[in-house]
Amino acid sequence: MAPILEINNLFKNYGSVEILKDINVAIEQGDFLVLVGPSGCGKSTLLNCIAGLEPITSGKMAIDGQDMTNVSPKDRDIAMVFQSYALYPTMTVAKNITFGMKVRGIDQAVQDEKLAHVAKQLQIEPLLNRKPGQLSGGQRQRVAMGRALVRDPKLFLFDEPLSNLDAKLRVEMRTEIKALHQRLGASMVYVTHDQIEAMTLATKIVVMKGGVIQQIGTPAEIYNRPANLFVADFMGSPAMNLIPARTKANGKGMQVEIARKDGDPIMLTDTRNRDLPENVIIGVRPEDIADASIARAGETQEADCMIDIVEPAGADTFAVMQLGGKHVTARLHSETSAAAGASQRLTFDLGKVSYFEPETGLRLN
Amino acid sequence: MTKWLEENTPKLVLAPSFIIVLIFVYGFIAWTAWVSLTRSRLLPKYEIDGFIQYDRLFASPRWDTAFTNLFVFGFLFIVIAMILGLILAILLDQNIRTEGAIRTIYLYPMALSMIVTGTAWKWILNPGLGLEATVRGWGFETFTFDWLVNPEMAIYTIVIAAIWQSSGFVMALFLAGLRSVDQEIIKAAQVDGIPTWRVYTAIIIPSMAPIFLSAFIVLSHLAIKSFDLVIALTGGGPGYATDLPATYMYAMAFSRGDIGQAASSAMIMMMVVFAIVVPYLYSELRSKDG
Amino acid sequence: MADMSYTPTQTGSNVGKIALRWGLYLMLGLFALFYLMPLFVMITTSFKSLEEIRTGDLISLPREVTLDAWRTAWSGACTGIQCEGVRPFFWNSVLIAIPAVFISTLIGALNGYVVAQWRFKGANLFFALMLFGCFIPFQVVLLPMARMLGLMGLAGTIPGLIFVHVIYGLGFTTLFFRNYYVSIPSELTKAAKVDGAGFFRIFWSVFLPLSLPIIVVTVIWQFTQIWNDFLFGISFSQAGTQPVTVALNNIVNSTTGIKAYNVDMAAAIIAALPTLFVYVVAGKYFVRGLTAGSVKG
Repeated sequence: MAPILEINNLFKNYGSVEILKDINVAIEQGDFLVLVGPSGCGKSTLLNCIAGLEPITSGKMAIDGQDMTNVSPKDRDIAMVFQSYALYPTMTVAKNITFGMKVRGIDQAVQDEKLAHVAKQLQIEPLLNRKPGQLSGGQRQRVAMGRALVRDPKLFLFDEPLSNLDAKLRVEMRTEIKALHQRLGASMVYVTHDQIEAMTLATKIVVMKGGVIQQIGTPAEIYNRPANLFVADFMGSPAMNLIPARTKANGKGMQVEIARKDGDPIMLTDTRNRDLPENVIIGVRPEDIADASIARAGETQEADCMIDIVEPAGADTFAVMQLGGKHVTARLHSETSAAAGASQRLTFDLGKVSYFEPETGLRLN
Repeated sequence: MTKWLEENTPKLVLAPSFIIVLIFVYGFIAWTAWVSLTRSRLLPKYEIDGFIQYDRLFASPRWDTAFTNLFVFGFLFIVIAMILGLILAILLDQNIRTEGAIRTIYLYPMALSMIVTGTAWKWILNPGLGLEATVRGWGFETFTFDWLVNPEMAIYTIVIAAIWQSSGFVMALFLAGLRSVDQEIIKAAQVDGIPTWRVYTAIIIPSMAPIFLSAFIVLSHLAIKSFDLVIALTGGGPGYATDLPATYMYAMAFSRGDIGQAASSAMIMMMVVFAIVVPYLYSELRSKDG
Repeated sequence: MADMSYTPTQTGSNVGKIALRWGLYLMLGLFALFYLMPLFVMITTSFKSLEEIRTGDLISLPREVTLDAWRTAWSGACTGIQCEGVRPFFWNSVLIAIPAVFISTLIGALNGYVVAQWRFKGANLFFALMLFGCFIPFQVVLLPMARMLGLMGLAGTIPGLIFVHVIYGLGFTTLFFRNYYVSIPSELTKAAKVDGAGFFRIFWSVFLPLSLPIIVVTVIWQFTQIWNDFLFGISFSQAGTQPVTVALNNIVNSTTGIKAYNVDMAAAIIAALPTLFVYVVAGKYFVRGLTAGSVKG
């Protein structure tokens, strides 16, 4: 079966400015693709190109095996949910949802039936005769979803649909979208700048920066094996600790040396990796630094560290220290004995660390 | 084909307007500019003959009067209308209960045709039966107010009528400007104990610079285009004492049959407008892009 | 200490405040008189007989109200050799204004819709060219326009005047609609495109229903401009096709017979009535048009 969406060598320029550079992505039926990156990275432009709302400069794009490169949005069999919801202000909720079908000349009876079905699914039946101006943010969001759902398209496109909602509602709607995706088995492309949204929703993530794809992968791949320093830093909260270090081969593997503010450097031994250059940046997730007293299984190495700040956050307690000239955060158990200004014995899980080349920022292991 | 049509509909929709503007605005300006460089009289000629029309124009005492009048009229009209408009706006900004009604009264002349305005003021300023006669009837036998028929003073009657018509509009502009000033700044000044008049002179009015500029542009534009008012109020007279470039141009074009003079005077008007409007439009469009 | 010295100043300033308040209202009232006086004089004069005008004074109310002047102004006053009053010219103005307002508003709406929502290369240049056209003194197009109307066979006709008003109104109508539509998020257009609607469908179903306020502003602006126009009217009309402003001017300056000031005033009020009516009924929109036409954006 052909991929539901396939993009090959896509370039997009505004005048002489390159917005998107050599984009190649493909997803299968039922995939939930999330385009994530900081603002201005080109993710929304890419979504608009997929929708056909922006012409592309060069490259090819196919939906369900059919070439769509020069096809107008209405013939791409897509539906889209916008950041501002873009509900037609003068139409009722019902008319908003059926407008697309009306334009396409679909039978009134079919329209009514589909409207009723979608309204029930999204629990917006009582709102059908209201105008968008009379709805709350969350209700508008639902109507915008309804307008997309009723079309039953090959591909759903979402352009930061949750960014205008307050924090609590955003989490609720996120869960609902996930449930919807699982129930419908539909193919979706979703743009967000929120890496948590990306991680929770996606079956496949594309991380973008400056119009270039940095990495494509499952959420686990992106999280555990970031392709470069940018992805490592962008995905995850608190961010991955990126610490300058020196390595040297020894009998068991590589010896990793991390400078400390006061005292001797920390020496850790990594038995899994070989042939690392002398200067590297080691990337350690906060959860891979733990209390030695509550040690876990894994390829752990222990060291004493001077804790500068302790931030209790309920389930976890974050401890901040200085290593290799950087602030390093450890996600410790809430019952940790770590205290600011005191030394604490910590374990580093070297089985999960990433190494990056300091100049290029590329992953080494 | 349908694809092409679909993609180019917006351009096709703009095309007629674009062509019309190109021909009827820019083409016509070019035509007038061209003809102003020829010896055209009753009929247009198209052989360029230098600046002869402009030489004639600036040698003409009538144009001299018209051009001088433009600056006298324009200066007084703009300055007084702005001051009056500002005063009215500030007076109205003091939580006046009947503000809506008063604003309506101040602004209604703007809805009238200049011809109507001219007709009304011509009657009021008529020395035989108007204001002069009325005041004399009250017992002030020596009162004279004959500006309308006095070549030295007639231009000021046009200033009066023009101010009557447009100052309410300036007030509306300024009032909108006053209301758009950040209320928190004003509150902060009041908390600091700064007197109201100082709040106006030191904070509010300086922050309205763009509104002053807008008002200036609109009023100067009105002044240069003033034609109807002169025709209705004085007919350009006595003699040609109240001619403005607009009436001069019209007289040359339609009663004297001197197309060359009409074209060259129109070009001068246009240049005066451009000198004022182009920098303004340029800065407006630029600031929009940014 | 501070409190004791503070209290008397407060009462003192209260008295001053009340006096200031009265002064304020007095000033506002005087200015109101200044603006109302000409209208008052026009109305009272129009109801006086010529006899009373010659003997009475400007500001007095008519001793005997007569409608003669109104009757004459409407259907008997001379505008040159013709003596039919302003009636035929009033209808000329109606015939010119209604189609010209309608057409220029419609085209302006479409233009504004394109410039604001369907941006393409050159659309901004187009808008700048249009905007500029709003500011030219019309004298600069008067001569070639007269010739062009002749070439098109429209010289001295009502369609000719409609044509002229549409063309030179487009700049403003485009500006009004563009500034209105530019504030509508472009996502709305995108959503409608994805929904399958085309250029005209989006305009008709999505934008037009949103446009009532700006249509009112534009229609009022255009109507006032066209109704009150004199320059185009006098330049491009002939005996039977003159608009009411030209007829009014002709009546006032007519040299035949004695000067009938009451008829002049009645004719002037008739000429002013439609725009005054619009102003009274929809003053809010009128002011919005004025300020929008002068302050860009």
